[in-house]
Amino acid sequence: MIAAICFYIFATILVGSAIMVVFSKNPVHSVLFLILAFFNAAGLFVLLGAEFIAMILVIVYVGAVAVMFLFVVMMLDINFTELRKGVQDYLPIGLLIGVILMVEMIFIVGGWHMSDGIATIILAPTPPLSEVTNTDAIGRILYTDYIYLFQIAGLILLVAMIGAIVLTHRKRAGVKKQNIGDQVRRRRGQAYEAIDVKPGQGI
Amino acid sequence: MMLEIGIEHYLTVAAMLFTLGVFGIFLNRKNVIIILLSVELILLSVNINLVAFSSYMGDLTGQIFTMFILTVAAAEASIGLAILVVYFRNRGSIAVEDIHLMKG
Repeated sequence: MIAAICFYIFATILVGSAIMVVFSKNPVHSVLFLILAFFNAAGLFVLLGAEFIAMILVIVYVGAVAVMFLFVVMMLDINFTELRKGVQDYLPIGLLIGVILMVEMIFIVGGWHMSDGIATIILAPTPPLSEVTNTDAIGRILYTDYIYLFQIAGLILLVAMIGAIVLTHRKRAGVKKQNIGDQVRRRRGQAYEAIDVKPGQGI
Repeated sequence: MMLEIGIEHYLTVAAMLFTLGVFGIFLNRKNVIIILLSVELILLSVNINLVAFSSYMGDLTGQIFTMFILTVAAAEASIGLAILVVYFRNRGSIAVEDIHLMKG
């Protein structure tokens, strides 16, 4: 009963904030509604018994990705009203494709049922919650059966990090920075100059 | 029926999110930021599908794959935003129609 009420609350706010992400005029509001959507999706995950994924969603998405979006939206000085101009033109075709997609998916959900032999092909059965917590159970198969995929995921993140730095890093003209190579290359002759000053004449 | 939450309820929510994401891409064709946000919505709907199936079938593999999708989504968002920042520095706008000028 309570689970059902929670589901409907989370689902309603999730879909509502997704609508606001698409329709709001200001991209900053869009990002904030995306954060709300992620929180409610995390609530749905908790209802489904996937606490670890729910917490990861809050930490990774809200804490990192959404904040990064917020940084970029606020950092770039963009004329957003200019970008909203074509929305009216695209509304009919967008609605058409959206309705077609929705109807197709309703057909799929309506005419779908689990196959009988489904219990025999389960790869990693969920252990009962009284014995093993969700996080523990995920760790037990993530670091054994899926270790190679886990390492590749780490590599993907490394490549993405290097790629983002290489793309956005630039050398600005007129900024004084320490150049260690120059400092090490400097010889005694460049550092000082001995001047033979004649008495009474000055330099 | 209404108070018995089955897998179909979660699949319906995920389908609505997916449709909204695709709709957002079509609606905001000039604004790259909203397009990236819509892609995030689509990936979130896929995650909801995976976790719902994982929960109702008692198979943890779906949750593992959700984590990998999260990883790839984070990488994709960071690279996309980096390209966006570089593009804005060069052209002073993020209009999608001008991006075809990049080919060459």
